[in-house]
Amino acid sequence: MHKRHLIKLALGASLALPFFGTAAMAQETVKLGYIDPLSGGGASVGEVGLKTFQFLADELNAKGGILGKKVEIVPLDNKTNPQESLIQAQKAIDSGVRYITQGNGSAVAGALSDFVTKFNERNPGKEVLFYNYAAVDPVLTNEKCSFWHFRWDANSDIKMEALTNYMKGTPAIKKVYLINQDYSFGQSVRTQARAMLKAKRADVEVVGDELHPLLKVTDFAPYIAKIKASGADSVITGNWGQDFALLLKAAADAGLKVNWYTYYAGGTGGPTAIKQAGLDHQVFQVGEGIANVDHKPAQDYETALRAKYDFSNFYPRAANQMRMFAAAAEKAKSLDPVKVAGALEGMTFQVLNGGEGVMRKDDHQFFQPIYISSFGTRSDKEKFDEEKTGWGWRSVAKIDTKDTMLPTTCKMDRP
Amino acid sequence: MLELIVISTLNGILFGMLLFLMASGLTVIFSMLGVLNFAHASFYMLGAFFGFQISKWFGFWPALIIAPLLAGALGAMVERYGLRQVHKYGHVPELLFTFGLAFAIEEIVSIVWGKSPVDFRVPALLDFPAFTLFSTNYPAFKIFMLVISIVIFAGLLITLKKTRIGLIVQAALTHPHMVGHLGHNVGRIFMLVFGVGTALAAVAGVIAGPALVTQSNMAGLLGPILFVVVVVGGLGSLPGAFIASLLIGLVQTFAVSMNGSLAGLFGPLSPDLAATWLSDIWNVTIAQIAPIMPYVLLVLILMFRPMGLLGTRET
Repeated sequence: MHKRHLIKLALGASLALPFFGTAAMAQETVKLGYIDPLSGGGASVGEVGLKTFQFLADELNAKGGILGKKVEIVPLDNKTNPQESLIQAQKAIDSGVRYITQGNGSAVAGALSDFVTKFNERNPGKEVLFYNYAAVDPVLTNEKCSFWHFRWDANSDIKMEALTNYMKGTPAIKKVYLINQDYSFGQSVRTQARAMLKAKRADVEVVGDELHPLLKVTDFAPYIAKIKASGADSVITGNWGQDFALLLKAAADAGLKVNWYTYYAGGTGGPTAIKQAGLDHQVFQVGEGIANVDHKPAQDYETALRAKYDFSNFYPRAANQMRMFAAAAEKAKSLDPVKVAGALEGMTFQVLNGGEGVMRKDDHQFFQPIYISSFGTRSDKEKFDEEKTGWGWRSVAKIDTKDTMLPTTCKMDRP
Repeated sequence: MLELIVISTLNGILFGMLLFLMASGLTVIFSMLGVLNFAHASFYMLGAFFGFQISKWFGFWPALIIAPLLAGALGAMVERYGLRQVHKYGHVPELLFTFGLAFAIEEIVSIVWGKSPVDFRVPALLDFPAFTLFSTNYPAFKIFMLVISIVIFAGLLITLKKTRIGLIVQAALTHPHMVGHLGHNVGRIFMLVFGVGTALAAVAGVIAGPALVTQSNMAGLLGPILFVVVVVGGLGSLPGAFIASLLIGLVQTFAVSMNGSLAGLFGPLSPDLAATWLSDIWNVTIAQIAPIMPYVLLVLILMFRPMGLLGTRET
């Protein structure tokens, strides 16, 4: 009997030890909970994000961390599922995380933003900040804005504004087809594309407006047949991940030759699919930067990232986010999330790709120069290729920060 | 319109045949061993990754032979050292075993090859448009896929129905002792059948790998729909699985090409609905719900013809 008690005790202690361990560690490090898909359909995208953040954490640590504390990225798998994300967020908070970041899926971001806001109301003194690096549904910085949410990516309205401004000056565009994933982000791309095209190019005809389920389609051939039948000369799509790669693969198979206006053509598998389709400078992407941007620090960063991992810099905004996080903490001289949030508000920052960005106080949306780029054969000026295709990104238009400022409807409750 | 119909039919048949390639192995295993193998799609994925790896070393054509053999051997081992041990405890442990196996394989694949898609290319020999129909190209590779599926269907059917091997295999399921007394090694027969079934899945994997995306979640994407094929076709019926695959391929493809919605159909009757919570349902187009059509079909079949299209009622 006595012996059995001893064993139980030993077992209990060995189970509890790791928890004591993490609680003690929390004092030593700044933990950033990375909540994104690490399994399932979004895993390939989530994995790239995770490595990017780890790279950035290493970079900060090499310079002595934030306020002398080491930065640690805590990976948490949410399977692109809002419900699962909340469980992971709670788990993270319980283990001492005060900062979380997420990007894949606006539905997830919305759920996390709500969760963090409610959590902070109920737990004064234990506040948590949510850094959104890629979820671009405009609602997050408009109707549903929160003091505890900061977004470093340009929201989809800003991107569509930039994209349609570019399309406005391209008279060859006459018939546009919209194909998007059926969730909040895809919906927002399609409605904005329709509205903005109507306002800027009333002569352009929208010949198709398609929504398909998120990360569930295995073969896009039927959708391509429809695009072909519609007689479209251009396609606008917000598709990302395998939904983009499969879409272009099917287009390549069928020999569909149209111009593609995209948000995420640079994602994993995208460049390979474009090369296979032979769409030389016919696929355009809107974003805050590309590998071949003409700015030395960005190119150095790109070289270092590629040397370490087998992918290119897909998230310049992640660099802006982490570096601004450090700068804000230094400015506030504290790692208290409330003070860091205060320091971030209205903060201006030299972004990775060159030029000045600003975190707008009104809605916590970061504004930065936006680039339109096309993918294809490279000239001497374009140093980097993508996914060993030999092709690379070329900047075709740059929109300055001040020209990306869209109004917001955010009415923020401040603590 | 005609263009869309012709092309959708072709696309539907192509997708259906790919489904059949996978479902055939599942059906063979079920009809012969009575085991519903939840890990079947995982062997399909293994086929794709083995195919990718081997084609990097030796080229696509050796991969098409070696990868299924490897996956088949692995399947045979799973039967011999896994399933057979669990078999004596009944059907539920068997199901759970294959269910767990599916997760294990997915994890292993993502550890070995990572979670990002691998660059598995169509072989240069087949990388050209076979023909052009209404200005849409049909890749030679897809036609190749079609031919392989038909050959496998015919081969399986003949082996099972017309040869001595098929006879012994079928007898081994219902009367294992009798077959044993006749001097056949029943255990080995089961092992071989399971191996052949998983090898078939791997063939589908090697072929589908370059056409679709080869990544560690590809099993999860196609797994559920395989069961729809097998149930709709009738559990254990090979011709049933063939018809069901084509049916599902066509239903899904045609649903995508239709833009109609309830609003389009009845719109003028109730314009007020637009603003209510019903408006979502009201405005959903058939194209939007295309991917769930197979599951609707599954429910309908289970309600009205539980044994499936060509299945026989279990006694």
